[in-house]
Amino acid sequence: MDLIRSHVMVCGGTGCSSSNSGEIIKEFEKQLAEKGLDKEVKVVRTGCFGLCQAGPVVIVYPEGAFYSHMTVENVSRIVDEHLIKGRVVKELLYKEAVEEDNTVKSLDNVDFYKKQKRIALRNCGVIDPENIEEYIAFDGYKALGKVLTEMTPEEVIDVMLKSGLRGRGGAGFPTGMKWKFAAASKSDKKYVCCNADEGDPGAFMDRSVLEGDPHVVIEAMAIAAYAIGADQGYVYCRAEYPIAVKRLQIAIKQAREYGLLGKNIFGTDFNFDMDVRLGAGAFVCGEETALMTSIEGKRGEPRPRPPFPAVKGLFGQPTILNNVETYANVPQIINNGWEWFASMGTEKSKGTKVFALGGKICNTGLVEVPMGTTLREIIYDIGGGCPNGKKFKAAQTGGPSGGCIPASHLDIKIDYDNLTAIGSMMGSGGMIVMDEDNCMVDIARFFLDFTVDESCGKCAPCRIGTRRMLEILERIVEGKGEDGDIEKLENLANTIKATALCGLGQTAPNPVLSTLKYFRDEYEAHIYEKRCPAGHCKKLLTYKIDPAKCKGCTLCARNCPAGCISGKVREAHYIDTTKCLKCGACMEKCKFGAISRS
Amino acid sequence: MKSLAELAAIRARMIEQVNLRKDDNIDTRIVVGMATCGIAAGARPVMLEFIEELKRRGIDNVTVAQTGCVGMCRLEPIVEVYVKDQEKVTYVHMTPEKVARVVNDHIVNGRPVEEYTIGAQG
Repeated sequence: MDLIRSHVMVCGGTGCSSSNSGEIIKEFEKQLAEKGLDKEVKVVRTGCFGLCQAGPVVIVYPEGAFYSHMTVENVSRIVDEHLIKGRVVKELLYKEAVEEDNTVKSLDNVDFYKKQKRIALRNCGVIDPENIEEYIAFDGYKALGKVLTEMTPEEVIDVMLKSGLRGRGGAGFPTGMKWKFAAASKSDKKYVCCNADEGDPGAFMDRSVLEGDPHVVIEAMAIAAYAIGADQGYVYCRAEYPIAVKRLQIAIKQAREYGLLGKNIFGTDFNFDMDVRLGAGAFVCGEETALMTSIEGKRGEPRPRPPFPAVKGLFGQPTILNNVETYANVPQIINNGWEWFASMGTEKSKGTKVFALGGKICNTGLVEVPMGTTLREIIYDIGGGCPNGKKFKAAQTGGPSGGCIPASHLDIKIDYDNLTAIGSMMGSGGMIVMDEDNCMVDIARFFLDFTVDESCGKCAPCRIGTRRMLEILERIVEGKGEDGDIEKLENLANTIKATALCGLGQTAPNPVLSTLKYFRDEYEAHIYEKRCPAGHCKKLLTYKIDPAKCKGCTLCARNCPAGCISGKVREAHYIDTTKCLKCGACMEKCKFGAISRS
Repeated sequence: MKSLAELAAIRARMIEQVNLRKDDNIDTRIVVGMATCGIAAGARPVMLEFIEELKRRGIDNVTVAQTGCVGMCRLEPIVEVYVKDQEKVTYVHMTPEKVARVVNDHIVNGRPVEEYTIGAQG
């Protein structure tokens, strides 16, 4: 038998994979084999650890040493020093893990992880996602066994209801209610679906769960199937997530081999099997009715509700559809009891929520915090604040369906109801941080550009209305805004909200409405003063050289990509504003602060 | 999967393979000096013997780790045993043959092997 004394966990999530963690794994395996250590040190490719900013990430157990920004070249140092001689290579550790007195602190005490509580992400970065037995070792499939042998479907639904779990896809509908409705629908055939069509720009928590812990989704779907009386499941995943799809397919294959999918699971008369359906990345296919239409092989378009999917869903049969992260909570609620889950979070939002931190933030990555954590804790304590000492301006949650949370609401306790109350929404959990250099009008334009692009075109308010709104916003950022534009925007937004067919259209105006609510002055500055307070909108900027400060060093002229700066050596230079691209390169390069922007 | 017992069997078999990654159930650490001096004096066979002995006995709440030079190179191979809430015990001039007794007396029964310690041999 192999005598494994140390595990080298290398992150194989999309983030770290794209910065070459695959090569790092190969190098570890090669060097360990060369040095004869391959029988005592095991290399494991895991899912995402969350701290994507510091990737590629490697953790060596039993010490729990957290190496960040790994390179293939540094592998030999870890093998020679750490794995052979047992000396942790401190200078390669994640900077914050090394204390001032040169001792190493454990991962749980690092700022990024200290305030986190990992439930949905429990196994991400801890197990080998391509090995079902490792999942079983961490209590995997125990909940399914318990449900099938000890509980009735009604009891399962009752536990879900009492736990207070709400849909993590964004809308926050109570999961137990959904299951209850589907269980009450009479039919010979029912379906269980999983929404893994994570389309919000900047959101990647579902991907990480599928990549790091695919079996949890399979187990939870089987539990849901038992609760409502279904025997077939589908995971609808976007084809842009190749690693997630591959690991999920491996997981399904393994579960079948172990008899955890198929007929007579755990010796009972419960049968369940599932398949993966790939989406081509249309945003609207994240909407439940469009998603099911797409699984049926038709063009992904929404349809009016009711009838709700719990009554008439996939192939016209009762269906439940939950998000990946929602499912990731289910087995643990069964194992630990609803009381455990309901003890976390706020009054109406229980448990934890995973957020994908992105944008102007030091620690880009994936964080899971209890509901009710303040925005300030997420942005500053966990995320490390905005880089380069810039000032925090707003956080955008909920993607194109959500809104902005301005700095004045930094201390809001994050849960479904509080976010809705201030005009944003939980959404799937993308959190894009913006600093003083971001123009809020342009942010609204960006998100609307996205929804116009992704509108399926079935209903007029969304197809035509969002297009008109985008045109107005484009005019404003180009300095051609007119008096009355703000009112037109508001009017259109409210009409679209009230009349669009599906969730995509109804929420599309949210980014505009919430930026108007909190940053109306920026809109007004663009329209009436033709200036962009954040200095972002290029059409509204002019660059100028102060002749008194210019030393004529020619540095700006040499760096100008448009060649629009002229002047002789040791004489003041001049920018031809008609040719200027407004890229700002000259201002960055000038050593004398002679160039200004207005 | 036909029964819960089958699932429990897989879990029991796998748990020792992943235990290294759980910090909370580690009560005892066996640390082997593996600097140049330790390796030259034969620390590797000692460490491997520890791992094998623990495995043989099915002990899963003990980790075997390595460390650098403690400064007493003439006493290598040196092995330090840290039991939770107890004072560290340092064994010197360790050999693979001595390992079984350390595991039996100290790790399992909680009685350090006095005659192998630095106090007796240093």
